[in-house]
Amino acid sequence: MPISSTPIMSASAPERPVRRLLWLSARPWYGVLLVVPAVCLLATVFAYPVAALIWLSFADPSLGLENYHRLLTDGVSLLVLLRTLRMATIVTLVTLLLAYPYAYLMTLVGRRARSVMVALVLLPFWTSLMARTFAWIVLLQDNGPINDLLAMVGLGPLELAGTEAGVTIGMTQVLLPFMTLPLYGTLRTIDRRLLDAAIGLGARPLTAFRRVYLPLSMPGVVAGAMMVYILALGFYVTPAMLGSPSESMISQLMTVRITQLLDFGAGGALATVLFLLTLLLLALVSRFLSPSAALGMSTRGER
Amino acid sequence: MGVNRHANPALRLFSVLVGSFLIAPILVVVPLSFTDKDSFEFPPRGWSLHYYERFFTDPAWREPLLASLKVAIMVTLMATIIGTLASFAITRSRRRGVAVLQGLLLAPMIVPNVIVALAIYTAFLRWGLVGTVEGLVLAHVVLALPFVVITVSAGLRTLDPRLERAAASLGASPLATFRLVTLPLIAPGVMSGAVFAFVTSFDEAVISLYLQSPHLRTLPVQMFTSVTSDVDPTIAAGSTVILVVTTALILLPDFLKRRAPQ
Repeated sequence: MPISSTPIMSASAPERPVRRLLWLSARPWYGVLLVVPAVCLLATVFAYPVAALIWLSFADPSLGLENYHRLLTDGVSLLVLLRTLRMATIVTLVTLLLAYPYAYLMTLVGRRARSVMVALVLLPFWTSLMARTFAWIVLLQDNGPINDLLAMVGLGPLELAGTEAGVTIGMTQVLLPFMTLPLYGTLRTIDRRLLDAAIGLGARPLTAFRRVYLPLSMPGVVAGAMMVYILALGFYVTPAMLGSPSESMISQLMTVRITQLLDFGAGGALATVLFLLTLLLLALVSRFLSPSAALGMSTRGER
Repeated sequence: MGVNRHANPALRLFSVLVGSFLIAPILVVVPLSFTDKDSFEFPPRGWSLHYYERFFTDPAWREPLLASLKVAIMVTLMATIIGTLASFAITRSRRRGVAVLQGLLLAPMIVPNVIVALAIYTAFLRWGLVGTVEGLVLAHVVLALPFVVITVSAGLRTLDPRLERAAASLGASPLATFRLVTLPLIAPGVMSGAVFAFVTSFDEAVISLYLQSPHLRTLPVQMFTSVTSDVDPTIAAGSTVILVVTTALILLPDFLKRRAPQ
């Protein structure tokens, strides 16, 4: 027995590594099966629920566009939707105005100063959202530090807590890193010698900036702005904690409709509108950028 | 050498202000956690560790902390395993359907959080999963999955395929190749994916708010309730603890990476 098996062994031994090599290079079809657990989970706990909620907006309580008709005519939904769009626009513009000079300076300073500046952006990024929003309650309260500062320069106490202004300040701080990181990712790839060349050819510094630097920075501006705008549209925690129910945003209205009134049709209609807005924005931006860059993923590797 | 090499002072001052704005919340929360008064007065006048004691001993805070830890650990395990497997499938296959799969895996990051949360709440209401640990864990895994997929597939894409082929040609079985070659090489990516999954679950507030019950209340939900119902500086102590723990967790993969080559 042992003797007769030897030739078989020696014949199959060199064959096995070859088959293994084939396994690695041919990449058999069943490798794709590894994705099955993830797909099952996402299908049941993500895709189906979202699709069902959208469906309910057309089918609950009766089949038709009734929920959308109500959305346009109930006097509240449209108002809240417009307020949400307005606040998301303001927050996006303010974060852009704050982040652009900051990211620009990041490309100019030395390595040590730059790592401090990066840390200042990343630290709030991973600080608990609850903790940060709570801090804004403390900062914005009537006798809080911000009003103390205002009093020092002779400005009267402002009512910030529970107002739209307060929500805007809080949201701006929370979303600022999402603007700063993609922006810095783009700005640092811009060759500054192009500016020198423009100035050498007789352009004034401001003209050189406007005609050369600004257009080159647009991918970062678009990526950051889209990221902030989409996040701002769907923000729930910060407006719910810093704002007042009478000035609610679309996410708060959806929450009340669904979790308190159990009006899935009306809540679903609001969700569908928000969903379509997001898709529309993504489609617009993907004309300028690759999808992964649009999501700011290129900056994730930098940490 | 260039014209604009030296940043002008106005730009520097502006950036200092932006930097202060970015860390203002942290500069408020940490000192406030050491206050000795039952108010959000800032800056505090007297100091104590009273609210730290309360955070770790009062059941109203301790139980949410334990619930959050329990949920986050289960989410980390599930999301890391499922996400790593999925990353192998999408980076190793060149079939046409892969782009669609990739889109599906990243979709929970793109669809606004509040929509995902309300959709899951509506579905769970019918399935009797509202207020259950299982339901909350499943919902959090959905949110955490994209982060694992992004970090692990980034690691897999930079992996030199010749290393695996070399192992196979030297006679290692597919499983041994995976265990001895592939896994150690992608470990940093898996590790940071796991950290992101943990932090995502531990800090998640929206779904946790909708799915909460008197028996299932996570730390962010307790913080939300505390802020909206009364003035209790324990939240500042809790926030500081979370800040320290998440910072340590996020720096951990970097730290390990730096030590590994020696």
